[in-house]
Amino acid sequence: MASTGIAGPAQDTAGAAPALAAAGLTRRFGERVALRDVSFAVAPGELVAVIGPNGAGKTTLLSILAEILAPDEGTVTRPDGGVGWVPQQPAVYSKLSVSENLRLFARLEKVPDPDAAVQRMLEQAGLADRADDELSELSGGNRQRVNIAVGLLADPAVVLLDEPSSSLDPRQRERLWEFVGGLTERGTSVLYSTHNVQEAERYADRVLVLADGDLIFTGTPRALELEVGDSGIDFEAAFVRFLHEKGH
Amino acid sequence: MRWLLLKDLQILRRSPLLVALLVVYPVAIALLIGLALSKGPDKPKVAFLNLVPSSSSTFELGGERIDASRYASELFRSVQPVRVKSRAEALDKVKSGDVLGALIIPADITEKLTTGLQSADVEVIYNNEDPVKGRFVDQIINSRLADANAALADKFKEIAIEDIRLLLDGGELSLFGRELDILGLRRSREILQGTLRTLPRSAPERRRLRDVERFAGLAVANLNLANDVVSTVSRPVRVKRTALKGGRTPLDAFAVAIAVTISLMFVTVLLASGMLALEREENAFSRLVRGLVSRTGLLVEKVGLAALCAFAVALVMLCGIGIFVGLDWGRFPLWLLALAAGALAFASLGVAIGGLAREVRAASLLAFLLSLPIAFLALVPSGAVSGALYDVIRFVSALFPFKPALSALDDALNDSGSGMLVPVLHLLGLSAGFGLIARLALRRFG
Repeated sequence: MASTGIAGPAQDTAGAAPALAAAGLTRRFGERVALRDVSFAVAPGELVAVIGPNGAGKTTLLSILAEILAPDEGTVTRPDGGVGWVPQQPAVYSKLSVSENLRLFARLEKVPDPDAAVQRMLEQAGLADRADDELSELSGGNRQRVNIAVGLLADPAVVLLDEPSSSLDPRQRERLWEFVGGLTERGTSVLYSTHNVQEAERYADRVLVLADGDLIFTGTPRALELEVGDSGIDFEAAFVRFLHEKGH
Repeated sequence: MRWLLLKDLQILRRSPLLVALLVVYPVAIALLIGLALSKGPDKPKVAFLNLVPSSSSTFELGGERIDASRYASELFRSVQPVRVKSRAEALDKVKSGDVLGALIIPADITEKLTTGLQSADVEVIYNNEDPVKGRFVDQIINSRLADANAALADKFKEIAIEDIRLLLDGGELSLFGRELDILGLRRSREILQGTLRTLPRSAPERRRLRDVERFAGLAVANLNLANDVVSTVSRPVRVKRTALKGGRTPLDAFAVAIAVTISLMFVTVLLASGMLALEREENAFSRLVRGLVSRTGLLVEKVGLAALCAFAVALVMLCGIGIFVGLDWGRFPLWLLALAAGALAFASLGVAIGGLAREVRAASLLAFLLSLPIAFLALVPSGAVSGALYDVIRFVSALFPFKPALSALDDALNDSGSGMLVPVLHLLGLSAGFGLIARLALRRFG
């Protein structure tokens, strides 16, 4: 499915119609260029990780894809009905219960049958037994699952996750990726940003490497290791070496 | 938007401490103000030492006996006297705080009053440890002494006028138990005129009698004016009150308007600023404005929520006060209009604060820090500060909703005569202005 090297959207998805495509995205904040001419595509059911050092432009890219920020240049092709957006911090109300949060956002999303959507997401997120609990009573992992469930209420074809595992412990992280894996199995495309490159190696079909606003690599984790020579080093070391070689 | 409104009401329902503060606080204030205004203050206790022997409590002036105790009662109209037997006991009671002050009537007071010429001194002792209390006692006793003085002066005037009448017209005078017939100047003059007519033109006594007759004439003419002079001297200055500016609201009714406006301000500003800042603190803002609700829609929802809740609370408060204080219920529709306009403007101020502060705690702090001086400035009366400073205060007050809200509510409650149209339009203008500030603040809110 994936290819190596810097590629345009059409090449990324190996010929299938992309679920999400970005072409020539550039975004400036004053004099600083946060994102420079970034192009890629995500195939249906594909799990894509955006990795890169701090300040690389990961959050800016996801914000543009989620329509929170407008690009200065370039275009984004989204599926009908838009994309699901899951911000880094749980964007849900701590004084409302799990089901009340889901019902509120289902109504705001104008989902045709809000109650059915709530029930579906409670089961999909494994939170049916916690439906009546207030968010403030849930663990960080469960809150994040509610956060993701809210992003999925409208049954989007593409879900964007901004550093979804940053505040979770290893066990919660494992459960999160099981949940996300279930989404891609059902055909939902998932694009997420992360600082944890080993997580990207384990849970991504493909990685996009951003550095100083430039997209410097797109391909499988294994392809990234091969870029720096298959010398038996782990993925994190290969990633750091790759950045050095590219002058970052 | 209605789902957001329902969500916020649900959140409020699950925040009992917040709701208690928002509802119980203004209602408690309403009840306290109502009770305070309807009952009035209790009479302060003042120790009273009368050193005048009971046999000397009356004195004679101008042939009339005056009972000094009758005038002493003037002193007790606003105080509750605690009778003591000595100056030391009076001092002890003041020091221990049993009484606010002490009033000592000296033994020689009736002797001095008998002269009709000397002032009599009374001694007032009060504890100045608490300046407010000290000033309160001082003012009350001074005020009551002025009443007693006025009552005595009236009696002295009455006696003086009677003496002058006796001097002019003559009559019976009781002196040392004997009844004397006083001739009077008019009758003396008539007798002199009669005597002069009987004397020959060349009589040597004629010229001297003519001088005495002329003096009697002059004395009669001038003493006729004495009544007016004595009346004027007994009350040299009188107060004629003319209000040039402002309404005709009694102080207690104005206090009701102030109490309700302050509560309306705090509830609305805190709720609007807090609930808007909460959207950011819960990280929900960026999710909401991704097409679920517009930024302007979000502001309208927060303004509506805060205005609605504060309107209800203020109305409950007004009705609570209405149980104790006579409010004009016939003006009820105007109450609603004033409260609605005030709540709208305060809510707009609140969302502007929430949008600028961006965090609930910072928003609450800013709301308090801004609201208190605004209310304080709006209550500064003209003349209390220099003219230029008052102009600045008026300008600053006009930029915030407290003063026009107070003015609208005062007129709605008390028909103060200033009219509601101008303050209501002012409030609507401020609502638009603060709404615009809030909308601009939301650009960098997420």
